[in-house]
Amino acid sequence: MARSVTLRRKSLNTALAWAVGLVIFFPILWTILTSFKTEGDAIAYPPKFLFFDWTLENYAVVQERSNYMRYLWNSVIIAGGSTLIGVIVAVPAAWSMAFVPSARTKDILMWMLSTKMLPAVGVLYPMYLIFIQLGWLDTRIGLIVILMLINLPIVVWMLYTYFKEIPGEILEASRMDGAGLKEEIIYILTPMAVPGIASTLLLNFILAWNEAFWTLNLTAANAGTLTAFIASYSSPEGLFYAKLSAASTMAIAPILIMGWFSQKQLVRGLTFGAVK
Amino acid sequence: MGQISLDKVTKRFGDVSVIPPLDLRIEEGEFVVFVGPSGCGKSTLLRLIAGLEDVSDGRISIDGKDATGVPPAKRGLAMVFQSYALYPHMTVRKNIAFPLRMAGLSQAEQDKKVNAAGAVLNLTNYMDRKPGQLSGGQRQRVAIGRAIVREPAAFLFDEPLSNLDAALRVNMRLEISELHKSLKTTMIYVTHDQVEAMTMADKIVVLNAGNIEQVGSPLELYKAPRNTFVAGFIGSPRMNLITGPEAAKYNATTIGVRPEHIAASPTEGMWRGTVGVSEHLGSDTFLRVSGTGLGDSLTVRADGEVNLHYGDTVYLTPDLTKLHRFDAQGLRIA
Repeated sequence: MARSVTLRRKSLNTALAWAVGLVIFFPILWTILTSFKTEGDAIAYPPKFLFFDWTLENYAVVQERSNYMRYLWNSVIIAGGSTLIGVIVAVPAAWSMAFVPSARTKDILMWMLSTKMLPAVGVLYPMYLIFIQLGWLDTRIGLIVILMLINLPIVVWMLYTYFKEIPGEILEASRMDGAGLKEEIIYILTPMAVPGIASTLLLNFILAWNEAFWTLNLTAANAGTLTAFIASYSSPEGLFYAKLSAASTMAIAPILIMGWFSQKQLVRGLTFGAVK
Repeated sequence: MGQISLDKVTKRFGDVSVIPPLDLRIEEGEFVVFVGPSGCGKSTLLRLIAGLEDVSDGRISIDGKDATGVPPAKRGLAMVFQSYALYPHMTVRKNIAFPLRMAGLSQAEQDKKVNAAGAVLNLTNYMDRKPGQLSGGQRQRVAIGRAIVREPAAFLFDEPLSNLDAALRVNMRLEISELHKSLKTTMIYVTHDQVEAMTMADKIVVLNAGNIEQVGSPLELYKAPRNTFVAGFIGSPRMNLITGPEAAKYNATTIGVRPEHIAASPTEGMWRGTVGVSEHLGSDTFLRVSGTGLGDSLTVRADGEVNLHYGDTVYLTPDLTKLHRFDAQGLRIA
């Protein structure tokens, strides 16, 4: 007998889902609302939810005080660059582990993942010294390299799982049909893996965009990204919640919009392999 | 074109030997079936011929030329896989055209050959669909189409019908046989289904644990199985193998009688037994007879309308001219 789902139950579920969604989204919503308040309203108690004097002043001040566009541009270049290089490095690695595995492939994958378990601060000091030696402090190239490296294990893992999903017989069929390695990758593997590669790119871009630890520690004025831009508004001399919120809203807006338009792709990417 | 010989071909995975040194010669235009239980190495052998696996030792030659180290793409063979292995992102037309595209044929030549193959295989109305929108039988036909457009030296089939339902399987079996008659190209066909082997093959290669047990035409294998393994494997239902004193009467360790070579009677015969569960197929009835004192129960093929029922006493008489005798090693005694 099929389980009968009553209308009541359905609406209850819907309400519950919305409630959970709202709880998760609330901090972002609150940040956006606060960015439109005066500094006085921002710290008012009890908090003012919707009924306050809406103002765009904070955005004007933030724009005046710091160069938003430069931070944005840095974020785009660093997140984009590290993602692109990461995928270029990871595709051959994932290909070889998925299609010509050796006895140690599983160990290598585990080892790669284990590097993500190390607290980043543990290697901050050596990394800092290396960056001084290389002259990479506060440079885009330095940040691109470090963000590419810290996200590489995840990129390799994701691509590996996607490639694993492609049946080996299809690749063998292409070999029988006269395709060499190059044709096999161009005509068969890549078109079949496009959805996977796309969601990997997307997720990696978001991770790099939101990265704060290395960005804050290794950059200053020149190569700072939007995360550094936000941090520059939480000063020890006094908190300006409204301006901090305006800065945060400006920083998260691009990625939020991008995420909204690509949510289908992202959800598919994150659940791929889990549901067969 | 299409003569293939294997010379002491060996395959090991690590320390495990899958194919011991093996010799085999496949003549031009022959329909050869590799048959054996699962895990007997028949698919591995096919993959060695295709070049999808490397031989550990020995030599494979195609049309007299050494092909041992030649990559699959250069061997001039076409393969049809069990899972069809169609390219899911391409239409039927593009799937069939893929080998031609790889061979660098002009668009006009590709179209001509693809359309011809589509017509032969009844795919004309499906040319612009993707594999996901096709039924199992149609996918199978696309896979065959992709193989025939290449005009290969030989076709390799790896259990191509095992994913199809029974009715379709019989149909496709006939279509493949038909194709062989019209193309006259060498075909090597792997299956675990001895019915497919018997109905399609010019030559059957019976494999067991990587060893060739016997090579011969279907009727040779049926009439004169070289050992008890082949005797039990070829023929449906399987041959009754009897050991002990009854076999000793015929100077053998084991004797074999096929179900169709035993006559059943309610009144008189050589062996007496009790009818167990019977399978009524309409044309025939397969009786399972136990309590004969000859070891396991015997299978007997009787007339479709035989008047014997569960629990009845039955008398069996084997056709002694069609009795098979085997020695202690299980080898046939001539």
